[in-house]
Amino acid sequence: MPSITKPRIPLAVQQVNEIGLTIHDYEGAMSTLCAGCGHDSITAAIVHTFWELSTPPHQIAKLSGIGCSSKTPTYFVRGAHGFNSAHGRMATIATGANAANRELTYIGISGDGDSLSIGLGHLAHAIRRNVNMVYLIENNGVYGLTKGQVSPSADIGTRPKRGEPNAVAPIDPMLLGLTMGATFLARGFSGDKEQLIPLLKAGVAHNGLALIDVISPCVTFNDHEGSTKSYRYIREHEVKEIQTDYVPVRDEIKVSIGASASREVVMHDGSVVRFRSVPKNYDPSDRGKVEEYIRDRQSRGEVATGLLYMNESPPDLHDLHHTPTLGLNKLPFSKLCPGSLELDELQKDFR
Amino acid sequence: MPLAIDTEVTNRVNDFAMKLANVNGTGSASANSLLMQAIFRMGIPVSGKNLFPSNIQGLPTWYEIRVNHLGHTARALDYDLMVAMNAQTYEEDIADVRFGGYVLYDSSWPLESSLERDDVTFLGVPFARMCIEHFAQPRERILMKNIVYAGTIVALLGIDVDLVASLVDETFARNEKLRASNQTALRLGYDFALENFSCPLPFHVTAMDATSESILIDGNTATALGCLYAGVTVAAWYPITPATAVMDHFSALCARYRREPVENPAEHEANFRNNYLILQAEDEIAAIGMVLGASWSGARAFTSTSGPGISLMNELLGLAYYTEIPAVIVDVQRTGPSTGMPTRTQQGDILLCAYASHGDTKHILLLPANPAECFEFAVQSFDIAERFQTPVFLLSDLDIGMNDWVVPKLTWDDAYQPDRGRVLNDEDLRTATEFFRYTNEDDEFVTPRTLPGSDEKGAYFVRGSGHNKFGVYTERPAEYQEVVDRLKKKHGASAAHVPAPIIERHEGAVIGVVTLGSCDLAVREAIEQLAELGVVADFMRVRGFPFVGAVREFVESHEHCFVVEQNRDAQLRSLIAIETGVGIESMHAVLAYGGFPLSAKQVVEAVLSELEK
Repeated sequence: MPSITKPRIPLAVQQVNEIGLTIHDYEGAMSTLCAGCGHDSITAAIVHTFWELSTPPHQIAKLSGIGCSSKTPTYFVRGAHGFNSAHGRMATIATGANAANRELTYIGISGDGDSLSIGLGHLAHAIRRNVNMVYLIENNGVYGLTKGQVSPSADIGTRPKRGEPNAVAPIDPMLLGLTMGATFLARGFSGDKEQLIPLLKAGVAHNGLALIDVISPCVTFNDHEGSTKSYRYIREHEVKEIQTDYVPVRDEIKVSIGASASREVVMHDGSVVRFRSVPKNYDPSDRGKVEEYIRDRQSRGEVATGLLYMNESPPDLHDLHHTPTLGLNKLPFSKLCPGSLELDELQKDFR
Repeated sequence: MPLAIDTEVTNRVNDFAMKLANVNGTGSASANSLLMQAIFRMGIPVSGKNLFPSNIQGLPTWYEIRVNHLGHTARALDYDLMVAMNAQTYEEDIADVRFGGYVLYDSSWPLESSLERDDVTFLGVPFARMCIEHFAQPRERILMKNIVYAGTIVALLGIDVDLVASLVDETFARNEKLRASNQTALRLGYDFALENFSCPLPFHVTAMDATSESILIDGNTATALGCLYAGVTVAAWYPITPATAVMDHFSALCARYRREPVENPAEHEANFRNNYLILQAEDEIAAIGMVLGASWSGARAFTSTSGPGISLMNELLGLAYYTEIPAVIVDVQRTGPSTGMPTRTQQGDILLCAYASHGDTKHILLLPANPAECFEFAVQSFDIAERFQTPVFLLSDLDIGMNDWVVPKLTWDDAYQPDRGRVLNDEDLRTATEFFRYTNEDDEFVTPRTLPGSDEKGAYFVRGSGHNKFGVYTERPAEYQEVVDRLKKKHGASAAHVPAPIIERHEGAVIGVVTLGSCDLAVREAIEQLAELGVVADFMRVRGFPFVGAVREFVESHEHCFVVEQNRDAQLRSLIAIETGVGIESMHAVLAYGGFPLSAKQVVEAVLSELEK
């Protein structure tokens, strides 16, 4: 079978997770992205996340739209079922899949063009519906596959490789999420796996849509002087005041809560998200404060990262629709079809 | 000639047509359907066509009732009685009445002399004045006027008044005040007619026994019922006329049949569970995307829409076709292009649906002619979609979907088991040595699929990008072609599974008439009329696409075929020509595309004028 598969080099000692799998069991095909692409670092973080969470690969559904970012689901968890859909439409497919089978762990990978331009409407409505999934935007401010046009997340004044500086206002997925009623908003940087992995874990544990915006520099088209999404720019302007740990269920009792922890949130599965440090007066459950903070940092040309907002209380798509805990796709036909006697009965209304 | 028609008018029992001209939003619809329902309950074949505007209040609206003891209930075009309740349209309405017919109008105000006709009888009833005298509230006066005229018509046509009164009781069983005022209004109109006119009119009804095994149902309700019975658990949609009621009814049916009580619910938990999930999407693109996601996951899922929605769905329909994901799309067609006339009927989406999306695509169409077929075909759509792992369109239209039709009672076979197609479960995967998505085709060119959540061995990556039979990305010509060539053969193989064409051959036939969908009744009536005029015709109604061989054979076996359809561009004729290779020159197009349902008269005139050439 012709495909680019990653060579599996057996190492002497391979650590296994709770379900006996090595990290290689969570890898996928060889990346065909440019060397140094931020997306590949995110892929590596996803691999680590699921391995560390011991999620059975076949219980993961990975979806994407179209673009460089949307190619990446083939590069992680080969044992997961995947759906590379159409440009901007990933959220719709994920919503339908989740509606039919709520039992899987859904992760959608998208880009700033895919989610903030052609698919903006679908993203907004997936947020409103609180579809239980990780929705990850690999945000590089540029259209890579079509060679470098500015995307809707590009900042005013940022200079593309060719052409004039961007003159129109950017869309910040975090601010969009706050407006749309998002229940989990986080921003990371592809160059910082240590920060990203706990964000992803918390996103997986979150009951609802976890929107994770990851600044992921495009080494080919947007890593130059004058770009506000270059490695250098982000390293110089990232503000990591909000720091969180993810404490899995099994460790919960063992880990003592540090005095500096300002807040802990218990997730639906019993795991805990701990805010290790936050700025003074910051409240990650207060939309107004979070918005104020993000805007304040933005006005100084800075990029605030971390778990910016979360609220575990709102119902997800299924809670809203009062569906059974079992996936709808498992319901036997005998439960779904009212049968001939009932058809006779109900047709009395049609006389 | 006029005299002959006059005689006909005089002696017709259970054979006439009436048109009711109203103002939209004044409550006339319930009075009009009450009349139709009463005639149906008297055992007489009847149809009601609502010719309504795209408007909530104020524009002219018409309702046509055709009564015919032989079951010819297509649109008539010759009106024996005009109920002229809209002064805005007096002129055209009065002109519409046939020679020797009757006009019922509101004589609270005098009729302009320019509107008078010598060849029709005017029946004036002071409806507005009667309502002002008997009802206090302004809104009530407007609403009750409809029931007053209904009462008058009940007397004029000899409709069983006790039956109508009991229907009013049924309708307002839960609202005594409304029940009482409706009964008062009914009697007001009825008594006035008995006192002032010679009732019944020469054309009227007499009870018969032709509908006791029938129901009165619209296509959208029947479609929703079919989806319920087919076992749909996920539906996604965006509101659009004339398809909205499909999902309205589906929601109501699910709430009734798919809700399970939960004993001892936890705190903040509902005391019921819904064994379904309906998503009102942000647009039709999202609606079809949700259907694909749900179908990928193994649920039976559908969307309902109309032409503009199909236009939006095109991209994802191609994705579904190429990645081989089942989907059922109900298209209740309306008049296009663009916004077109949203409340008017047409069969203008045939080619759009047959070839929806860019690149080489071909889809499966099911073409119901009435609500009974909507029910039956809706169930079949899911079986075919899952068997062939591809989108299936149920092409209804506004006439079928939104009008009430008399059809035989729907039946259900409790032995029915859904055909879920070729799906490998974990057990299958354990015993299989390997799984590649587009290999191991059966004799209908279908390859087995797996569902998300199944064993790792069955995991694969659905991709709309070029792929080979292993499901792996490819840009190699031979590998790409191998897959799309199989898709073409798979589509062809589905012909044996779509509903077969109805073919009726007649001794001595000189022409063939081909049609589809809601043209059915008008074409059948036309064939009878043509036979009376000495033109014997064979009949074929296609009910599915791709076409079986019989379709080509029928067309080829007639030197002259007439293809009757409701669009400007003869889309069915084109589809037959493209797909069967039969020359277009032997197929004459008979087209009605103004937005109103077809009448036999249009077919007869078109055929005769072509034959006279």
